[in-house]
Amino acid sequence: MALADELARKQRSISVAEFFEKNKHLLGFDSPTRGIITTIKEAVDNALDACEEAMVLPDIYIAIKKISSDVYRIIVEDNGPGIVPDQIPFVFGKLLYGSRFHQIKQSRGQQGIGISAAVLYAQLTTGLPSTIISRTGPESRAYRFDIQINIESNEPDVLVREETEWDRTHGTRVQIEFRSTLAAKKRLLDYLKYTSVVNPHARIRVELDDESFTFERVSDEVIECPQPIQPHPHGIEIGHLKRMLAACDAPLEDFLIQGFCRVGKKTAGEMCTLSGLSPDIPARSLSSDEQKRLIDAMQNVKVPAPPTLQCLSPIGEDLITQGLEKEFQMDFVRARTRSSSVFSGHPFVVEAALGYGGKLPAEGNAQILRFANRVPLIYQQGACAITGSISQISWKNYGISQSGLPTGPVLILVHVASTNVPFTSESKDAIASIPEIEREIVLALQDLGRDLKTYLSRRDKNRIQEDRARAVCAIIPELAEKVAEIVDMPLPDISPIEGRIMKKVVAKKMIRDGKVSIEVKNYTSHPETISIYNTSQDGAGDATTPPDFVTELDNEYTKVWKVPLEPGSVWRVDYRGTGGGTLEIRGIDEKKIVVVDVDV
Amino acid sequence: MSKEELDRTAKLRLIEIARRWYDQMVTGEIPSISLPTRTKQNIEYDDEAEVWKYGDRESVRSAGTAKSALHLLKMSYVIWFLKKQILENRSSTLRELYYISEGWKKAKFSAQDESNFLIEDLEILTDMQREAFHLRPEEDGATIFGPLKLREQTRRGARDIHCQDDVGEAGYQIPSNVENLDFLEHDARFVIAIETGGMYARLIENGFDAEYNAVLIHLKGQPARSTRRVLNRINNKFDVPVVVFTDGDPWSYRIFASVAYGAIKSAHISDLLATPKAHFIGVQPSDIRDYNLPSDHLTERDVAALNSELSDPRFATDYWKEQIQLQLKMNLKSEQQAFAAKGLDFVTKEYLPSRLADLGII
Repeated sequence: MALADELARKQRSISVAEFFEKNKHLLGFDSPTRGIITTIKEAVDNALDACEEAMVLPDIYIAIKKISSDVYRIIVEDNGPGIVPDQIPFVFGKLLYGSRFHQIKQSRGQQGIGISAAVLYAQLTTGLPSTIISRTGPESRAYRFDIQINIESNEPDVLVREETEWDRTHGTRVQIEFRSTLAAKKRLLDYLKYTSVVNPHARIRVELDDESFTFERVSDEVIECPQPIQPHPHGIEIGHLKRMLAACDAPLEDFLIQGFCRVGKKTAGEMCTLSGLSPDIPARSLSSDEQKRLIDAMQNVKVPAPPTLQCLSPIGEDLITQGLEKEFQMDFVRARTRSSSVFSGHPFVVEAALGYGGKLPAEGNAQILRFANRVPLIYQQGACAITGSISQISWKNYGISQSGLPTGPVLILVHVASTNVPFTSESKDAIASIPEIEREIVLALQDLGRDLKTYLSRRDKNRIQEDRARAVCAIIPELAEKVAEIVDMPLPDISPIEGRIMKKVVAKKMIRDGKVSIEVKNYTSHPETISIYNTSQDGAGDATTPPDFVTELDNEYTKVWKVPLEPGSVWRVDYRGTGGGTLEIRGIDEKKIVVVDVDV
Repeated sequence: MSKEELDRTAKLRLIEIARRWYDQMVTGEIPSISLPTRTKQNIEYDDEAEVWKYGDRESVRSAGTAKSALHLLKMSYVIWFLKKQILENRSSTLRELYYISEGWKKAKFSAQDESNFLIEDLEILTDMQREAFHLRPEEDGATIFGPLKLREQTRRGARDIHCQDDVGEAGYQIPSNVENLDFLEHDARFVIAIETGGMYARLIENGFDAEYNAVLIHLKGQPARSTRRVLNRINNKFDVPVVVFTDGDPWSYRIFASVAYGAIKSAHISDLLATPKAHFIGVQPSDIRDYNLPSDHLTERDVAALNSELSDPRFATDYWKEQIQLQLKMNLKSEQQAFAAKGLDFVTKEYLPSRLADLGII
């Protein structure tokens, strides 16, 4: 028998499931420790995506329970739209089955591998099926499935399918049991904390053995679900183009206009001319040589960048700031959302945030929070384009020390949102180094660095000023005491001087030669608008600045002036009278005002 | 001014400083003082008084900064202490004041220079001398020997003293507060102020005072205020010429300058301390050349001091420029006692008579 025949007998097709069984690391199941995180990550990603599509505020429940020495039961529940019973076996029991793979929009999951890989992993380590409960609405009943994957055929094996009771009106619950350890508990909690930072609209409750944690939502705004767009001519690959052509009944020109974004009659015409193809030939009739010419022409015709607003959903500067402030105590936090850009026809947006001080650890490398499409990236920090971009910035320019990565009490968040985030591998741990993306990251962080520098120098300046002012204010009372002793007079009131040195607003009332004067000086560095309330027996009819209003009660007149005060300015009013009464300043923080009645 | 009057004035002027701060505080102003800048760049020649005094440059110290606030606090403590000391009719030395401040917590002085400087500030602000505050230096006054009769108010009453007949070989010792002295009469043709004790003793031994009717005053190096005040008062009261005899080096020229023109540190009381009509006898750099005196080479510091004197307004005369430049060229300096190389009588028989004749004094 020829060797070739022998070999031919051994050659056979490999099921995807079989392939992944042998290549678990590609999906993030390379170790039992990691398996637990990956499973939760996949389940949470799906839950958030589902809620987003259904426009509901996500309410996610996670439970991790130790069943035996090395078997853990993981439960993830969401309040999403649920899955119709007939689809459930495929979603959870078939690899590469998903709703989002063919859409061009920002979403967390994409390929439809994640959760079914977890089911596969459970099956491989414990031999147990996974249980799924889902309900699509209050009118329908919940369904329960026990599912396994047929490894040879990559088809679901449904062990149990039954109607059941469930207290949620809609949503999905996944229960998976596999061999693992909780050695990476901290990392798991970090992952959930980071998820909560970039999903401030979600509430995540966790029960971890006997402990429970809640990551509360800070925003009640449902995020707008990104809308799918047509592919962009510059981002298309030949295989995809072939499939699109084969599925099309229209002539070439219509195919281009309808099948791609940013292509109008003029652009389609140019593409046809450049490729030497008639706009009228049926799209599906193109030979493979013609297809090749078409794709070349599509790359070379100038096409406006794809629309970004509808298909991307950046978190936004305010929500990032809120999310970070919720989970970290920092003195300074600022976020930046760049305007969208494009790489190879794929629209993307970079968002970044920079935090400083507070309870961040003062020593060691900066804390780096990486996100892709609102999903935290927790492994392979060193291989990620985000990390690379951070180290290429000269942080010393912004008052931060650096040894490769910036060091000190610094937190850096980078979120890359795209219709197609370029990961270095299927386990989605690190973003590939794409110059356009790196450039945007650097620009966003440099911009934030400038803000931080301004903050730091202002803080240092304030600190010096404050120290000085405090020192002065400690000495002046003693000086006043000594001076009063020397001149043998009562102790002078030094609060106006302190007000001046501590940079406050100082209001003074005095009477001289039958004239009452009220003087207000703003020694702060901010404009202030204050209301001056002066109650006395004087009507102040001749006031140099007439009061904004006057009320009278039992012969007591309350005169009110509303005064805007620029920093360093003085406001004064005089009127004839007998003085006495009270002076009160409102509309300003009590700590920033000193009121002195010279005649009391 | 009687002692009571002096005390009252000193007390009032001290209180006046505190009063200004008090008023500033009451009106909501940050207390401050302004003082002339006390540097070489800010001394000016006063044509009328013929002495060097502080110019118009002033620096303001306001309690708005921690450093200046502390300075004001220390000053208020000192004023408070001096007021008490004047009232109780007690006195203290500058060194004692420094130690007394130990109990003033924040207001304590870190070194005696600081308290000395602050007292000088008070002299400027009150236009009075520290003796009026009952403060005295701890250093001994210099000595006088010659035909001069004075009256000293001592604790045991007034004493009339003749500075040749009533004193021992070392002469009459000048007290720290010269305001207690009255100069009664004299028989002197001139006063000669001498830098070193060796030369002072040589002149006494050689009978220079009797032969020339000279009043000898030992400066003891850089003269104390009291010594300079005595020279100033004798010169003013009796109108006898004053000559200064020092070593031939830059540091000694400064001794002469402080006698004749006033010191930078005490320029605020130059008209009380300086004797503008004083003449410099020597040792002149040209004497080193002309008499071929034993000499040493100038050190780096000497050269730097000479160059600094070239830019000092007090030495801005043709005479001094010529002499200093000559010295820099020769690169030599000599002591007073170098004249001994020509015999012990040379200085009294030859050098001084010839220099005094040059200056038209004898």
